[in-house]
Amino acid sequence: MNFVIPDFYPAAAEILVAVMALVIMLASTFARRVASDLAYGLTQLTLVFAALVSVLVSPNLLAAVAAVVSELPLFGVRLAELLMSLAEGYAANEVVATFSGMFIGDMLGGLLKVFSLLAVSVALLYGRGYLADRKIDRPEYYLLSLLMSLGMMVMISANHLLSLYMGLEMMSLSLYGMVAFDRDSPRATEAAMKYFVLGALASGLLLYGMSMLYGATGSLELSGIAQSIYHQAANKTVLVFGLVFIVAGLAFKLGVVPFHMWVPDVYQGAPTAVTLMISAAPKLAAFAMTMRLLVYGLFELADQWQTMLMFLSVLSIVLGNLAAIAQSNIKRMLAYSGISHMGFVLLGLLAGVVDGDRNFALNAYSSAMFYAVSYVIMSLASFGMVILLSRAGFEAETIEDFKGLNKRNSWFAALMMIVMFSMAGIPFFIGFFAKLSVLQAVVAAGYVWLAVVAVLMSVIGAYYYLRVVKVMYFDDPVDSAPIRAQGEVRFLLSANGLAIAVLGLLPQGLMSLCAYALLASL
Amino acid sequence: MTGMPFLSLAIWIPILGGLLVLATGSDRNAPLARSLSMLVALVGFAVTIPLFTQFDASSSAMQFSEFLPWIPRFNINYHLGVDGISVLFVLLNAFITIMVVMAGWQVIQEKVAQYMAAFLIMSGLMNGIFSALDGILFYVFFEASLIPLYLVIGIWGGANRVYAAIKFFLYTLLGSLLMLIALLYLFMQAGGSFSILDWHKLPLAMPAQTLIFWAFLIAFAVKVPMWPVHTWLPDAHVEAPTGGSVVLAAIALKLGAYGFLRFSLPIVPDASQAMAPMMIALSLVAVIYIGFVALVQTDMKKLVAYSSISHMGFVTLGFFMFNAIGLEGALVQMISHGFVSGAMFLCIGVLYDRMHTRNIADYGGVVKTMPKFAAFFMLFAMANAGLPGTSGFIGEFMVVLGAVQFNFWVAFAAATTLILGAAYTLWMYKRVVFGVVGNSHVAELEDIGAREFAFLGILALCVLAMGLYPFPFTEVMHASVNELLRHVAVSKL
Repeated sequence: MNFVIPDFYPAAAEILVAVMALVIMLASTFARRVASDLAYGLTQLTLVFAALVSVLVSPNLLAAVAAVVSELPLFGVRLAELLMSLAEGYAANEVVATFSGMFIGDMLGGLLKVFSLLAVSVALLYGRGYLADRKIDRPEYYLLSLLMSLGMMVMISANHLLSLYMGLEMMSLSLYGMVAFDRDSPRATEAAMKYFVLGALASGLLLYGMSMLYGATGSLELSGIAQSIYHQAANKTVLVFGLVFIVAGLAFKLGVVPFHMWVPDVYQGAPTAVTLMISAAPKLAAFAMTMRLLVYGLFELADQWQTMLMFLSVLSIVLGNLAAIAQSNIKRMLAYSGISHMGFVLLGLLAGVVDGDRNFALNAYSSAMFYAVSYVIMSLASFGMVILLSRAGFEAETIEDFKGLNKRNSWFAALMMIVMFSMAGIPFFIGFFAKLSVLQAVVAAGYVWLAVVAVLMSVIGAYYYLRVVKVMYFDDPVDSAPIRAQGEVRFLLSANGLAIAVLGLLPQGLMSLCAYALLASL
Repeated sequence: MTGMPFLSLAIWIPILGGLLVLATGSDRNAPLARSLSMLVALVGFAVTIPLFTQFDASSSAMQFSEFLPWIPRFNINYHLGVDGISVLFVLLNAFITIMVVMAGWQVIQEKVAQYMAAFLIMSGLMNGIFSALDGILFYVFFEASLIPLYLVIGIWGGANRVYAAIKFFLYTLLGSLLMLIALLYLFMQAGGSFSILDWHKLPLAMPAQTLIFWAFLIAFAVKVPMWPVHTWLPDAHVEAPTGGSVVLAAIALKLGAYGFLRFSLPIVPDASQAMAPMMIALSLVAVIYIGFVALVQTDMKKLVAYSSISHMGFVTLGFFMFNAIGLEGALVQMISHGFVSGAMFLCIGVLYDRMHTRNIADYGGVVKTMPKFAAFFMLFAMANAGLPGTSGFIGEFMVVLGAVQFNFWVAFAAATTLILGAAYTLWMYKRVVFGVVGNSHVAELEDIGAREFAFLGILALCVLAMGLYPFPFTEVMHASVNELLRHVAVSKL
């Protein structure tokens, strides 16, 4: 067996993150006095650079970004030309597999990596003050978040069951650690324990499913699995059996009903900064994992898994919305709302193949991806607001804590209102266009009844979002403490909220990015 | 056709102006916020005037069209245009916005900038609804207009405002989301087009038409509101501040009726024909039953709210008889109701600002202390009852005339509104304005000031002008109404 030096280039961003994680670990051991500042700064730099590198190593992505940028006013065209000149000289390989087929570099992966890295970066920025107030602003936290990002990147680019599982565990283990980071808090410890036990169970299910796939197809590589199924070389019974376990494992990670039990407890128990982290980027990674396993590996079985996803999705939308009504804790409410949003993402995924016709796939999967990205933007802003209202010795946890926010600070009340209406799917906000694109895919696939169920539940969902707007605008404040936050948090949170509105007015760019990404990668 | 994008201006001047007003911030700058809003409202109205003066009444085509690709991924376009049916509503809306700003001038002392901004933004969004020719663009404006109204009711409303605001929002959201699915279905059927004009030409099978009709019906019936989905309206009206009630009655209720004309009738004509008996029956229930309900109200605002439902029943009745005079009558009724109900709520607002009660029983003998006000109130009450010479008469008369052509008994039932309307309006007027001075508060009332005189006076002129010489209004809509009826008569099966 001869050793071939792999092509490192497509994995440049992952390598950067891995190296920097080690550097930060060492640096913070030696520079003890400024350890957390140093770790934080380096982590942010790493994340932003890694996002940049992820774009640069994918000429397709660069070109697509340039196309979107050229639509921007003022310097848009110039900037696009600059980006295009960077892309020159690289062969525009659509999909590159390296590390003996374990790793795949494509535009879908590139785009998802960019979004997840940025989401982690934003989450760290929002959460820093919160951690400092609770005296848990330690370098290890940033180290864990970098390792989590690395895990996500590996997951997103995995082309092999082993690398997929490795990435998943790397992400999950870092997250367990982060949930338990406030080690003196019994609630956080309990949440971490729950998360760990259930997460391990989910990983077990996933592994079991993977072993069956391997047994049936004789391959661990996703393209190999797909080939083997295509040539009907695999035992269908074993395959479908394995598929059930795979879907269950994925459902756990996405947090959809009936594998959702951990979501509300962990969201509520974890320090809000960590909740923010869990609710954003890992959803994109889970989406990528679902795409890789179900679409890249098991596309031939689409009829089977679409039916399973249909159950998961309807249950999530129904239960997520109904249970959210009863919550008085805003973190828990957002957890249930997240469950229903993930149901919507699945709704997009299950509309790809209709009676063996695959022409719907691109439209459906890109809607699902657009939904997932939109959700991450909204989720960051919503938990960012929860963090904003918290301060040393005070956790803004209940919906009541938002009472009279309009009187305390009308700007942030307006931002929160934008987020809530966007989540409820009211135009002109991005959440509406996310729902629109998914519903359009569902109707195109002929599942009008599914769309009807989804919108009926959206009306129920609107109630609890409206309730938050209600307490902010219609009630009098009970807490008159001024809102204190660092300038950069205020600025970024404002930008985040406004992005929801601006992307709602002009959603085309993000939508077409998602569509290009899938077009170039499927 | 000139180069100026008047429709875009009519939509975006109020919205951007509203954001500017919002930026004036706290109540320390309230005078600035007020004058700025007045300026925006006036400019917003000014840009709609060319829509009327340059309108070609002989054509039924869409005029002042604007077309820009918006979301090419789903072929969604920023496509605007008005025909004889919609142009009047854009004007009415811009006009009512001025009234609302005036009405809130002194009354609103808290969060003035937010109040004014909400109304300006809402006004822009509603212009968008009336001029959108793309299904999703329409939907986006339709939904987005819920947000400002929700906030207006919830923040500046009365005691039970939260319940009313949420009920209003959820009711209308339910309707419009089902419509969204119908829009998506039409998008698929039309081969990837959201253009309303393409949908008008789209052949559809009867089962599909029926389902689409129902989806539209739920959306628009809630907005109109038709019996039996009307219950949100009295709650919303009672709790809304005066400006909110005016916009709700004068403009928001027209959205549903307008939707029938732009969507239901032309897109699914066969289903509309088939469902016409049911629609007529529901309309008559609204006219008669709700008329009786109005009779027993003790709260002035509730009474006018029920009278609005009853009047809107007349409008839907006019639509579903499919004859020109009925349809035109219904449109005239919509415009007239915009003026009259707006004026009625403003009058009630004038009383409420002074007495802080809307109970009819708390009044009596207002004419003794407020003679000028009583005169205006009289005129509007008469218009509400449909007295000849006021705008209220023209629409009702034309619809009844259309009903006679259609079926005598329908006309007979509809005509009872002339009695019922007179009964509940004039009886309320009598109890509030005439009689002995009920209590010391009434005795201390001050008559209306210059500002109130101004807005009531302008509205009174409109009501009389339209009642005495309705020709300019009917002329504008004539060609479009005929074209619509021709279109509806052709089966799409």
